[in-house]
Amino acid sequence: MGSRDRFRALHQYLNPINESLLAGAIGLAVGSIIMLGLGHSPIEAYSSLFRGSFGSVYSWAESLANATPLILTALTFAIAMRGGLFNIGAEGQLYIGAIAAVSVSLIQLSAPFHLVVALVAAMIAGALWSLPVAILKLTRGVHEVISTIMLNWIARFFAFYMIANVLMDPVRGEKTISIAETSRFARVIPGSSLNYGIVVSILAALLILFLLWRTTAGFELRAAGHNPESSNYAGISHKKQVLRVFLIGGALAGLAGAVQVMGRPPTYALISGLPQMIDLGFDGIAVAMIGRNHPIGIIFAAIFFGGLMVGGRMMQMSAGVPLELVRIVEGVIILALAVPELKRIFHFVRAKFVRKEQRGGN
Amino acid sequence: MVPITLAAIGEIIEESAGLFNIGLEGMILISALTGALGAEYFGSAVGGLLVGAGTGAALGLIFGMINTYWRGDQLITGVGINLLALGFVAFMLINLGAAGFHSVPRDVQIKLIPVGVGSLSPLVLVTIALAFIVYWVLYRTQLGIRIKAVGENPAAADVAGIRVNAMRLSAAVVAGAFVGLAGAYLSVDWFGSVTKEISAGRGFIALAVVVFSGLNPLLALFGGFVFGFFDGFATWISTYPKIKDIIPWQFVAMAPYIVTLLVVAGVIGRVRFPKALGIPYLRE
Repeated sequence: MGSRDRFRALHQYLNPINESLLAGAIGLAVGSIIMLGLGHSPIEAYSSLFRGSFGSVYSWAESLANATPLILTALTFAIAMRGGLFNIGAEGQLYIGAIAAVSVSLIQLSAPFHLVVALVAAMIAGALWSLPVAILKLTRGVHEVISTIMLNWIARFFAFYMIANVLMDPVRGEKTISIAETSRFARVIPGSSLNYGIVVSILAALLILFLLWRTTAGFELRAAGHNPESSNYAGISHKKQVLRVFLIGGALAGLAGAVQVMGRPPTYALISGLPQMIDLGFDGIAVAMIGRNHPIGIIFAAIFFGGLMVGGRMMQMSAGVPLELVRIVEGVIILALAVPELKRIFHFVRAKFVRKEQRGGN
Repeated sequence: MVPITLAAIGEIIEESAGLFNIGLEGMILISALTGALGAEYFGSAVGGLLVGAGTGAALGLIFGMINTYWRGDQLITGVGINLLALGFVAFMLINLGAAGFHSVPRDVQIKLIPVGVGSLSPLVLVTIALAFIVYWVLYRTQLGIRIKAVGENPAAADVAGIRVNAMRLSAAVVAGAFVGLAGAYLSVDWFGSVTKEISAGRGFIALAVVVFSGLNPLLALFGGFVFGFFDGFATWISTYPKIKDIIPWQFVAMAPYIVTLLVVAGVIGRVRFPKALGIPYLRE
């Protein structure tokens, strides 16, 4: 009995993992078809992609560095999904967090304290940017998809303005002032982009894990996401859930922006047009989906994604396949994951397999 | 005004049938690219528009299949389409040679009709006509009642002999064609070129227009005018030297999005959506 229970518990975790792997395979397969159609070699492309992402210590470090902000933006999306809400506002909150982190470098503070102040400022800024979404939803019934998207665009132009007019570097106009030395994350491996920001991301994931599964607030949140009507009946306040989801989510996304600008060498500054920030929020959605909205799953999915980003550059250089192919693969993975029938296909295959095994046993 | 209105009308058809598609943005983006390529291939602007509409319909078919027979999650499918579009268009633009930019030869762009002070795209007239036609179909015909029945109460519609999933799938395909036309308009008519940011949030503004319209195509037409005005206004004002000195261009560029947010917040309380919107239909 005991072993069967353990087996069942294991299955509970294996199923979502299998689905993600299957979706990943579908994504890579569609990518190959497109490459074949355009006369590229998928084998060459994928092998250079793999070498670029996980082929050496250096590439591992780069993959982890790319995963750092993605873990946080994915958590933003995941915590909302767990609460039954669809928060796609990480993109804008991330810009605002980064702006706040750079602004803190305008003042001078001593070393560890400066970094903490910058992180806290970014979290508060992200949460505040997220607040209108919750308020509009609760008071006016505005769907969060529409308000977050509009706020993303507003945040983008606001960030452009701040970069060009308020935080600009007096010497080099195309970027902001650099993050103060006292407020930077040190590098884990010299020469690579990997910095101690990754510790912040992983701690955040563990904290959310604890929050969701070990606290009353987390239980209420998951209950509300699972069955809004009965959770309402059980006296769980809808208002409180919505506020929690968006404030925590905004803080996480703000943190993502801060970690990105305070940790990534060489500039430690925001560049006009935000090239190092754009799409981190949307990629976070994909990461959360592949990680099945589970903090631990998200850590692994983010490393996978970070690897795709780094490896994509290698693929572009050595196989001549544009980096953007990676995003096509991402899109197909999400579409595959949107289909619950995928699960059924899996059950079907497993049922066949198990039956065969039983027959063999008899 | 044309792309926002067309996409909004498409979404109205879909939402009336109970499908909530947030992938408009991506569908516009892909169709803008294929529309431009189609126009060059066939050597005519109309060919480009048709290819764009066809692309939209194909994407609508994918969205429809996932969310009817395969019982998928509509919001996630929409996000998937948007991501896919972003990658696909950027990827293809690189494969076409010039990095991130592809221009459409002038002779295969839409010819503008000269009117009084300026010129008018024939598609403006097409859009207005389509708004009236869709209004008529949705509110004055048997078919319209069937579409709305599927969105309101799919179980009852099923009992009445309407094939719910087939109806929703068809709505998604037709809606896709509208959205695709909107995309092709951007490249073949308005800008005369394709960039990976050509859609610039118009798909999402169209979603907001749908909310504003309460699923009435004629109100969507009006909404499209208002938002299109701000869109054009922002472009115009940012090139006007005196105003540029007073208001930074970034704040002007924000205007359409702020207006959208305010308008949606202002009207949403009294808008009613189909009861089964966003919910896959399972026969019991």
